[in-house]
Amino acid sequence: MENWQNQKSYIKTFAEDECAISTNNLSVFYGGTVQKLFDVSLGFKKNTITALIGASGSGKSTFLRSLNRMNDRVARVDGSIMFHNLDVNQSKINVYELRKAIGMVFQKPNPFPKSIRENITYALKANGQQNKKKLDQIVEESLRAAALWDEVKDKLDQSALALSGGQQQRLCIARAIALKPEILLLDEPASALDPVSTAKLEDTLKQLRKKYTMVMVTHNMQQASRISEYTAFFHLGHALEYDTTTNIFTNPQGEITEKYIQGSFG
Amino acid sequence: MAKKEQDLQQVVENAIAEQKVPHVKFKGIDPKNIDVDRLTKPSKETRQEWWGRGLTFLAIILIGMLIVAIIGFVGMHGLATFIDNKVNIFHFLFSTDWNPGAGKNHVGAAAMIVTSFAVTLLAALIATPFSIAVALFMTEYESGKRVQLLQSVMELLVGIPSVVYGFIGLMVVVPAVRTIFGGTGFGILTATLILFVMVLPTITSLTVDAFKAIPKDLRKSSSALGATKWQTIYHVVLRAACSRIMTAIIFGMARAFGEALAVQMAIGNAVLMPYNLVSPAATLTSQLTSQMGNTVMGTLPNNALWSLALLLLIMSLVFNFLVHLIGKKS
Amino acid sequence: MNAKKTNRIATGVIYFLVGVVILLLVGILGNILISGIPHLSWHFLSSASSSFEAGGGIRDQLFNSLYLLLLTLIISLPIALGAAIYLAEYAPDNWFTQLIRTTIEILSSLPSIVVGLFGYLLFVVQFGFGFSILAGALALTFFNLPTLTSNIEEAIKGVPQTQREAGWALGLSNWKTIHGIVLPAALPGIITGVILSAGRVFGEAAALIYTTGQSGSTVDYSNWNMFSPTSFLNIMRPAETLAVHIWKVNTEGIIPDVNVVSAATSALLVIVVIIFNFGARALGNWIYKRLTAAKIK
Ligand SMILES: Nc1ncnc2c1ncn2[C@@H]1O[C@H](COP(=O)(O)OP(=O)(O)OP(=O)(O)O)[C@@H](O)[C@H]1O
Ligand SMILES: [Mg+2]
Repeated sequence: MENWQNQKSYIKTFAEDECAISTNNLSVFYGGTVQKLFDVSLGFKKNTITALIGASGSGKSTFLRSLNRMNDRVARVDGSIMFHNLDVNQSKINVYELRKAIGMVFQKPNPFPKSIRENITYALKANGQQNKKKLDQIVEESLRAAALWDEVKDKLDQSALALSGGQQQRLCIARAIALKPEILLLDEPASALDPVSTAKLEDTLKQLRKKYTMVMVTHNMQQASRISEYTAFFHLGHALEYDTTTNIFTNPQGEITEKYIQGSFG
Repeated sequence: MAKKEQDLQQVVENAIAEQKVPHVKFKGIDPKNIDVDRLTKPSKETRQEWWGRGLTFLAIILIGMLIVAIIGFVGMHGLATFIDNKVNIFHFLFSTDWNPGAGKNHVGAAAMIVTSFAVTLLAALIATPFSIAVALFMTEYESGKRVQLLQSVMELLVGIPSVVYGFIGLMVVVPAVRTIFGGTGFGILTATLILFVMVLPTITSLTVDAFKAIPKDLRKSSSALGATKWQTIYHVVLRAACSRIMTAIIFGMARAFGEALAVQMAIGNAVLMPYNLVSPAATLTSQLTSQMGNTVMGTLPNNALWSLALLLLIMSLVFNFLVHLIGKKS
Repeated sequence: MNAKKTNRIATGVIYFLVGVVILLLVGILGNILISGIPHLSWHFLSSASSSFEAGGGIRDQLFNSLYLLLLTLIISLPIALGAAIYLAEYAPDNWFTQLIRTTIEILSSLPSIVVGLFGYLLFVVQFGFGFSILAGALALTFFNLPTLTSNIEEAIKGVPQTQREAGWALGLSNWKTIHGIVLPAALPGIITGVILSAGRVFGEAAALIYTTGQSGSTVDYSNWNMFSPTSFLNIMRPAETLAVHIWKVNTEGIIPDVNVVSAATSALLVIVVIIFNFGARALGNWIYKRLTAAKIK
C-alpha cells in the first residue's frame, strides 16, 4: 500500500489576478455520495498551457469537466471555482454563458454529423450571429488557427464525418475557438491520433497559447514536457503536486510523483 | 529499435516542417473580454431550456392523464352494474346465467371468463414449445441470413392485422375443424389455433432476447466440460433464461386475452359454459365486440358489458403486474 | 452414449417444430396473397363498396384508412416525440419517472377494444362527436402513443452521449442540443419507428368499430370543404376502414362475394404491412447514409 496520505502536497500558487481560473477545495461526488475528487485547489495562469497528469482514474477528467460545469447532471460538485472574481460553481450561474467562455475539446473527436462549415457555425448561429460574411470569416480564421484550413478549404460543405480522426479533432478545436472562449479545456485531445496528427495538434496548441489559457489532460509525458509550462499531478482524486513542468519532470518533490514520472517515461 | 524511433521522430519533424501553420491572425475570433454580467443573468438558452422541458413534460402529463381517464371512465361504468343496478359481484363472477336484459339476477359472466382464460391458456400452451424451439434455432443452432429471414417473417406476422387472422380462421380453420370434429367449426379450438399463431411471434421474439442476453462464456464452459449441445441448452441456457421466458409467455397471454376481432370471428359467440372445445362459445372480448352496439347507454345490459370491459382492464393490469413481479424476482 | 442420443432426439424435435412453424408462416402468407392478389384489380380499388350485391370495391375504405392514418400520425407524433424526448433526455431517475414508465407500459398492453370503447365513451358519447373520423383518430392515437413513444425513445437513446456533450460544451441549451443535434442524428431511427407504428395503426380495427363506426356515409371526392358533411375531408363523418370492412362483411355476411372482397382486402392490408415493414428499415438506412455521407447538400 502506498502511504500517499503522508506525502505533503506541493502545490504552486499564483496571485489571484494572474489566474484565468482557479479552484478552491473542489470536491466531486458521483451519484451524490461517492467522492472521487478531494479538495483540489489549483490556479491556472493566464496564457499558459497546464498539463494534468496522473494514473487512469485519478480524477483528471472529473476535475476538468467540473470547470465548465459539464458534471452538473451526473455529480455534486462542492467548493468554489473562481473565474473573473466570480464563483461560477453556484446554481445561479448561467452555465450556457459560462461554457461559451470556457471551451472544451474531448478525448474522442465528436464532430456533428453536419458539414464542416456547419460544425463551426452551428453554435454561432444559435447565438444569433447570422451575418454570412462574418460567419465565413470566423470559419476561415478558426480553421486556420486549428491548422486545418489548408486541408479542408475546398470541401467546407462536405460532411465532417468524412475527415480523418486527426482532422476531426482539429475541427473540434476550431469549433471550440470559434466561440472566442478565454479558456480551452482539453481532455486527452491527442489520444486518438497518429504521431503526425499529434504533432500538428501540438503545434496548433502552441500557436494558440498566445491567446488562450489552456488546461490539458494527457497521458503522454513527452507531450506534457513538450508543450506545457505547468503540470499538475493527480493521484486517487487528490492534486498532489503542481509546479512548472520542468520542476515536475526533473525534480519532483513527492515520492509518488517521482515514481509515476519515472514509470511513465520508463 | 532505436532506429525505428529515430525514423518516427524524423517523420514527425518533417510533418511539422511541412505544414504551413500560418501566422494565426485572430481578428474575427480574437478572444474578447467576456461580459461577466452575463454569467449571472438568464439568457436565451435559459428560456429555451424552460420551454423545452415544459413542453415535453406536458406530453408526459398528457399520457399520464390518459391512462387515469381510461381507468376512471371504464371503472365508473363497469362498477355501475354493481352499484346502481345492485348486481351481486359474486353472482357476476361465478354464475353462468347471462341474460342481462332479464334483470339483475341474470348477469353471470362466468362462461365468458372461463372461455377467455381457456383460449388464452391453451394458445400459450401450444405456442410455448414452438416459440422456444424457434428461439433456440435462431440463437443456438443457426446464424446469419436464414435467421434474419425467419426473424423478418416473424416480425411481419406481428404486423398482420387481427381481422386478417380472423378471416383466415374463417376460411381455413373453421372448415377444417368442422370436417374433423363435426359441429359448426366455431368454438374454443378454432379461436385457440388462431391465437396460437398470433402470440407465436410475440413469445418467440422475447424468448430470443432472453437467450441472447445469456453470456457466451456460460455456454462455452459447459461445452468445455464435455456436455452435449442439448445438455448445455437444457442445463444452462433454458435455466438461465427461465424467468424471461415466463415473462415472454405472459406477454403472449396478455395479447391473447385482449384480442377481440379474430376471436370474435371464430368462436361462435354463444354465451354458454363451454363443455367441449368445438362448441360455440364467447369470450369477454367477443361479447363486447358483438353486443356493445346493441345496447342502450345507462341500461343494465349496457352496464354489464362495461363490467366485462373493466374485467379486461383489470386482467391487463394483472398481466403487467406479473411481468414486474417476475422481473423483480430474478 | 445416452447423452448423445438425447441430444440427437432433442435436435430432431427442435428442427421438426421449427419446420412446422416455417410451414405455417409460408402457408399463412401464401394463402393470403395467393387468394387475394388475383382479385386486386384497379376496378376493385377504385369503386365504391356495395352493401348487398356482389362486385363492390373498397375505394372509400382505402381512402378512409389512409386519411385516418394521416390524422392519427399528426396527432400522435408531437405527443410521442415530446414524451420520448422527456424520457430520454430530461427524466430524472426517480419514482415519478418510474411511475410514468409503468403507465406507458400499461397503456401499451391495454386491449385495443378497451381503448376503442374508452374512445367511444369519451368522444362519441360524452363529447357528442358521434361516430366520426376524429373520434377514431383519437382512439388510434391512444393505441399508438405507447409504441411510438418507446420507438422514438430508443432511437434518441441510440445517439452517442458524446454528441450531446459536444453541444453542451459549446454553450448550447439542452433543448437546442436535442432538436438541433440529437434529433437529426436520431432521425433514421425515428422514421423507422413511425412507419412501423403506422403499419399497426393501418390494420387496427377493434379500436375503430365503436369510434369511426361500422359504415361510411356517402362522400364526395370533389368537395374540398372540410366542414361540409359530404366532403371526403370532413373529420366529423363516420367512416369505415379496410380492416373494419373485412370484419363487417364477414360478421354480417350479406354480400354474396364476402370471400372475394375479404381475401382481396386482406391481401392489400398485408401488402401494405410488408411495404411498411421493409420500407421502414430501408428508408431509415437510406436517410442514415445521406446524413453521414461525404456529401451534404
Ligand atoms: N459518471 C460517473 N459516474 C460515476 N463515477 C464516475 C463517473 N465518471 C468517472 N467516475 C469515476 O471517477 C473516478 C475518476 O474518473 P476520471 O474519469 O476523472 O479519471 P481520469 O483521471 O480522467 O482517468 P483516465 O485517465 O482514464 O481518463 C474513476 O474512479 C471513475 O470510475
Ligand atoms: Mg479521463
